[in-house]
Amino acid sequence: MKQGFYTVLENEPLTEQVFRMRLGGDTSPITAPGQFVNIRLAGRFLRRPISVCEWTEGELTIIYKVVGAGTAQMAAMRGGELDLLCGLGNGYDTAPSGASPLLIGGGVGVPPLYGLAKALKREGKDVSVILGFRSAREVFYEKEFAALGARVTVTTEDGSAGVRGFVTDALRNAAPYTYTYSCGPEPMLRAVYGAAATDGQFSFEERMGCGFGACMGCSCRTVTGFKRICREGPVLRREEILWER
Amino acid sequence: MGEMNVRLCGIELKNPVIPASGTFGYGWEFAQWYDINILGTFSCKGTTREPRFGNPTPRIAECPSGMINAVGLQNPGVRAVIDEELPRLRRCYDGKIMANISGFSVEEYAEVAALMAAEEQVGWLEVNISCPNVHGGGMSFGTSPRAAAEVTRAVRAVTDKPVILKLSPNVTDVTEIARACEAEGADGVSLINTLLGMRIDVRRRRPVIANRMGGLSGPAVFPVALRMVYQTARAVKIPVVGMGGVRAAEDVIEMMLAGATAVGVGAANLVDPCACRDIIAALPEAMDRYGIRSLAECIGGCD
Repeated sequence: MKQGFYTVLENEPLTEQVFRMRLGGDTSPITAPGQFVNIRLAGRFLRRPISVCEWTEGELTIIYKVVGAGTAQMAAMRGGELDLLCGLGNGYDTAPSGASPLLIGGGVGVPPLYGLAKALKREGKDVSVILGFRSAREVFYEKEFAALGARVTVTTEDGSAGVRGFVTDALRNAAPYTYTYSCGPEPMLRAVYGAAATDGQFSFEERMGCGFGACMGCSCRTVTGFKRICREGPVLRREEILWER
Repeated sequence: MGEMNVRLCGIELKNPVIPASGTFGYGWEFAQWYDINILGTFSCKGTTREPRFGNPTPRIAECPSGMINAVGLQNPGVRAVIDEELPRLRRCYDGKIMANISGFSVEEYAEVAALMAAEEQVGWLEVNISCPNVHGGGMSFGTSPRAAAEVTRAVRAVTDKPVILKLSPNVTDVTEIARACEAEGADGVSLINTLLGMRIDVRRRRPVIANRMGGLSGPAVFPVALRMVYQTARAVKIPVVGMGGVRAAEDVIEMMLAGATAVGVGAANLVDPCACRDIIAALPEAMDRYGIRSLAECIGGCD
């Protein structure tokens, strides 16, 4: 965890509402895929937590959806600097993945899985990915995952691209896999939890105050006690999840 | 360089800056951002007798120049604080802390106060009286002079360490509550706690926060806090710890001119983990700018 200023190198739309921003600056606080940054915006009191899509030395990429005034303000940025808290949260652990992990992402839950897929490929794993969207207009990063050498299945709720239905429809027909990693809205995570045949890790979203463990705004109950989504999360292991949250 | 030290209820602080309860955990987690020994002291997370999960989420809502929280006193319980949190803190903090305690009955306040006060690391007790009184129809202790006095008397009886009552701003006349606490032997008062507020998710037509309402804090409340500190400092003889929306060295000076002996910093810590370090670093220059040689001398310096 570190605070720093990052230069906006690129900020371009991937779909009507989803943008990709490349930021230049110190990426040494990032230690695992699935971690996030918390972004301060002029005139907004709270920071905006956004997951890291991928990073190299000196550069990181985030992909975000315009959902309110804060993210709209981000989308309008052309260059300039952003104050970030960088390297927040636990991120995914690649150790238990086995030989052929399956990654399942929904909407803006897809980006952190890209950095994860990259890390797993580097470890020589056979990576499959299910990417779920509402319609063809909202699909992004299908080609980027394929370019990593991952097997990609796209699902859309209206059938306008890929498999018609939800990610779980593709999950039920998936080739054998050794482990799952997922990120997306909570109803999707619950469905994946119910349909998955193996252990796995699930990345959760919650309204945050600080993003670094101070305010207790994003707490949840788990089998092993109270956890903060921003600090001990956002990634929880299957065996510790309590759905009463 | 000007003098920044002040005395709070007989204990010397190297400067008046105090991270406020609920924004600084039990301190040790902030030691990875900066050396927390530079602080005047800090007020720990509100501690109750039993461990508490607190309210359901969402617990946070953003506001213009501030935020609403309804965390609901999540804490590991007084036993775990003494056995786990304080020993962890000892490894990175040499000073005395302000132990913030809460209760849902007068007996609970007294019990938690006695346990915390017995700890050598505890310098002051800060008694949060904004919680509901389960034996008093759920009304907050802090909204009735009689209930506030009763809590003060109970805590006073179990310790000789300084007892500071943390007052709720959600009352008609805060000075009346402050005087009731003073009359029962409080060594100080701190204010303001958060202002009751609310946001509605317009699209879903329901409150943003699961608990429906919560406490507003941040720069938005600073003028209200300042006004209440000013009124209270004139109504009591005991020291006042001023807080509410403080985010800069100038705000610290303004609070002190209003009558605060020390100044709490709350929501600012959540947006910028190094907020207090930066405020302390900026104080000498701000003092020079306003011709202040000693911060202690400007307490209550506003006409």
